[in-house]
This record gives sequence, structure tokens and C-alpha cells, in this order.
Amino acid sequence: MPKTELKEYIVLRNREIPNIRDLDVYVANGGYETARNALTTMTPQAIVDEVKKSGLRGRGGAGFPCGVKWGFVPKELNPKYLVVNADESEPGTFNNHEIIDLNPHQMIEGVVISAFAIGANTAYIYIRGEFAYGARLLEQVINEARERGFVGKNVFGSGFDIDIHVHRGAGAYICGEETALLESLEGKIGQPRLKPPFPAVAGLYAKPTVVNNVETLTNVPRIIAKGADWFRSFGTEKSPGTKAVSISGHVKNPGNYEIPLGITMREFIYDWAGGMRSDVPLKFIIPGGASSTWLTTEHLDTPLTWDDMAAAGTMLGSGAVVILDESVSVVKAALKIDEFFKHESCGKCTPCREGTHFLVKVWERIDEGHGRSGDIELLADVGTQMLGKCFCPLGDSAVSAVNSAIKFFRPEIEAEIAGGTH
Amino acid sequence: MLYDKHKAEIDAILAKYPSKRSALLPMLYIAQDEYGRLDRDSIGEVAEILDLPPTDVYEVAGFYTLFYNEEVGKIVLDVCDDVPCCFCGAEELVADLENRLGVKAGHTTNDKLFTLRRVKCIAACDQAPVLQANLEFHNKVTPDKVDTLLAELRSEIESGKPISISGRFAEH
Repeated sequence: MPKTELKEYIVLRNREIPNIRDLDVYVANGGYETARNALTTMTPQAIVDEVKKSGLRGRGGAGFPCGVKWGFVPKELNPKYLVVNADESEPGTFNNHEIIDLNPHQMIEGVVISAFAIGANTAYIYIRGEFAYGARLLEQVINEARERGFVGKNVFGSGFDIDIHVHRGAGAYICGEETALLESLEGKIGQPRLKPPFPAVAGLYAKPTVVNNVETLTNVPRIIAKGADWFRSFGTEKSPGTKAVSISGHVKNPGNYEIPLGITMREFIYDWAGGMRSDVPLKFIIPGGASSTWLTTEHLDTPLTWDDMAAAGTMLGSGAVVILDESVSVVKAALKIDEFFKHESCGKCTPCREGTHFLVKVWERIDEGHGRSGDIELLADVGTQMLGKCFCPLGDSAVSAVNSAIKFFRPEIEAEIAGGTH
Repeated sequence: MLYDKHKAEIDAILAKYPSKRSALLPMLYIAQDEYGRLDRDSIGEVAEILDLPPTDVYEVAGFYTLFYNEEVGKIVLDVCDDVPCCFCGAEELVADLENRLGVKAGHTTNDKLFTLRRVKCIAACDQAPVLQANLEFHNKVTPDKVDTLLAELRSEIESGKPISISGRFAEH
């Protein structure tokens, strides 16, 4: 049992309320009442202010304050769009998957309130193509909400119109990057745009657009219902609230856990997820999805917050902890991670397109026993040529595995090169 | 042809967006289900419906992994072999499926029933080894479950119920 128990769920309320995905159950538990109150008794600015006060940070990876993001939208430009980023594709991440499948109405209610707050009458949910079931479910959930007058024209008699559409991607990790997502939603290949202009000013169809992650929006109804101070009673000063964190790999109980932000990695792995699955000891942790710098056993006391993870040289990312034990080859792990980024590079920027290709080539030859002396320096050099040289962070992400492997496991890589058949 | 046959669905899609081009991904899914893959003719048809240059449609069809330019089986089996799945039974699952189906990953069986692919993360890491069959999740597919799964999928194909390789509708 976790020593630090969660007082109540904010996001994964499906764990507390069975069948909350059914509209009747959701409504019986106060569902859509918050949207009704917000739209009929609050001003959009009051909602933005409350979310700002709550300190809610974007749950998709960057951790940017949600209310501040909303505040960038110019009031005088119309139409505006709200786009939900449901393109969850970062290896290790699967918490949006659970929210969509099991607590979808709370996300939709979050969309209604947030669209009202920013003045958008149209919202698109960009959901990864592989979530075919989730996309069909969301269509159904939106229709049910529309039939009750919670979505559509003049919702709750407030005079506010909100149309919500589901848009399926078709298999491309890069579309989780917000400008690539917008390109894809416009029917193009998913290649990131140069920023500025930022989507808040010129986003979808060059109109002001807010792109928010599924989990971020799912927090909104609870913040508006119970207030910023209540929300801040969870988590820490700079990372308030809870986070749905996915844990996978060699732990006893892989899955999603909604944790109060600020518990340590050690507590999370051993008290919440049951510890290692066997007697084979922990080797390393990929703490925030495949893009993140690895941690080792010496970092177990790092608190899970955006700032503490950054101070430890890595990131909280999308809340995806991958635990790997001593049976795992570092070279194989780095190879698989860089294969991912090679596959997902959109090809726009040369350092990323070519760099991921070279990284995989070198990792592959070491893994196959044909490593050459100087390969470690070569990997590091290719990484240096990629870092900070592209439109979007995908290229940088591919370098995390390289630098982590070299920093923490250089002797193992050297031994693999030396012991190879060449 | 495509438009006449799926008029209601296509019109509903077009109504969602202020720009016709935004309907491209959903239109390609419809075309792919109708023709089994996105070849020159189906791409031309989609281009015509959306008033786009065929080259633009080709580019998009080639970019995304869920659009099939080559012929695929009735059921596409996508096994995640990413981190952490590759360390949690995915490699064994791929090997097992290759044995039973008699094809290597990336290929289609001679009877044209199954296409086996290795894919990147499908956001179900706690369910490893995990696969999607025409984009429906099958969790914790340990080798002892492969026979039953393939038998179920075969009987689904034989039942003659409509199949959607694009995941547009539930198959069962």
C-alpha cells in the first residue's frame, strides 16, 4: 500500500466511480453541472483566472501553465479553435488511453468549459489513428452529450455554441507536436511549423488556437467545481495537483497511477507499483517517456515534479516511467529508442532525418558485434550535431538515449565493442 | 463511385471542417476500406472528391503508417516491439506469429488473410506483449494465447461480417 495515499482522484475518477463513462452515471455524480454553472454564472475571464490561480500545468510533456497559455489568445481575432491533443504516442505513455476509454465525459466537459473560457465555438479532438475504438467511443459520447444539450447550440441556455468533432490521425508520433498536429488536421503531412507565430495567434487555418492535452482538460471541470485552492491542496507549490503516471517494464504492477505530484521515484516504484517483478535488480529508469534522459538507482529519491526532474537532468515529460532491470542490454535499449525516433522523424530537418539514421546504424553494428573503437565518440559527435538544430524537439529526443547510455553505462558499451566479432 | 456509395458518411465528414482538405485523412480511411489499399486509382478518386492535386494525396498516403499502399490481408496484425514491449515478450510474440503464419513480419500470408507488422508504441505498455488486429487491442498476448486468437480472427473472417482494416467501425 502506498504510504502517501491520494485523498481523492481528480482525473482517473473511473477508479472510484464504476461506469462513469456512461452519461447517466456521470450526470448522477455531478457531471456537466460544473459546465452549466461556469457557462451561466461565470465570465470567460473568471475561468481563465481560476485555472491560472490553480497553477495547472500542461500534462502533455512541456508542463507549461495552462491558464497562461489561454491568456495568449488575442480576444479580437475570430474564429478561435480549441484542439485536444489525444495523439498519445510517446513510448511508455498510456494514461490518456485510460481517460478516453473510461472517463471520457469528464474530458468533454473540460472541452466545453475551456472552449467557453477562450471563446472558441469549435473544438477538434485529434486522436491517434490507432485509438480506433477510442475515436468511435468519443463520437458516441459527444452525441449523447449533444442530445442532452451539453454540447451544440446554446448550451445550457447560455447563448454559447460549441461543436466538438473527432479527428483521427493515421499513425505518426510527430503529430503530437502541436504545430505538426495542426498541419495534419489541415489534411497535410505532419511536419512542424516554425514558431513564432505560435498557435495562440495563428494556429489551425491560421486562426487563434489553443492546443491542450487530454489529461490537462480533464482536470479543468474539477478545478472549476472545487476551486484553485482545493486543487493546490494536492502536489507541490510549483507542481500543483495530481498526475496520471504510466509505469511499465519490469515492475510487479505496471499500469496507470494517479499520484500527488511530489512523491519520490522510489515511493512510486516500490510503494505504488509493487517494486521489481523479480529478483533481478533495477538497472535504469526512463522517467518521462523515450525522449527523456535516463535515471539510475542513485536518483531514486528525486521527487516527481517538473522542477525536481529538471534539476536531476531529465524531465517529468508525459508521465511515463519505464523500469528496466539488469537483464536489459544498454546497447539494445538505446538502439530500440533511436529506431523509434528514426522511424518517426518527419524528414523536414536534415540533422534529425540524417542524425537518427546514423545513430541507429552505429548502435546496430555494436549490437551485432561489429562495433568499432571510436564508435562511442562518433555517437556523441552525431548527437552534438543534432541537439538544438531542428524545428521541433524530436531530434533532441533521440540524443537523450545516446547521452544517457554513454554517461551511465560507458564501460558496458566499451566491453560490447571490445568483445564483438568485428 | 466512392462518393456515391458512402455519400452520407462523406458529407458528414466534409461538414466538420471549413476546409475540404481537412477531410483527407478520414477520406483515405474510407477509400482504403473500400479498395483494400491506396493505389493510383483510389488516390485519384479521393483527390477528385476533395479537389486536390493527386500528388498532395500521394504525399499524405505515404507519410502515415496506417495507410497501406501495398496490398494487405483481411486482418492486419500490428505487434508493438518498442521499449518496453521488446523487453516484455514482444520479440517472442513476433517469432511465434511468424512461425504460425509462415511469414516474416512485414509480409502477408499466401492466403491473403493476415499481414504481420512490427509497429512502434501503441500506448498500451502495461499490457505487453500487445498487438492490434485491424486496430482492435489484444492485451497480454502470451504465446499460449496465440492459437486461440488466430482461430477467433479466422472465424471472424469466415463469418463474412464487414471488415474495416482502417478501424472505422467495430468488427464484432
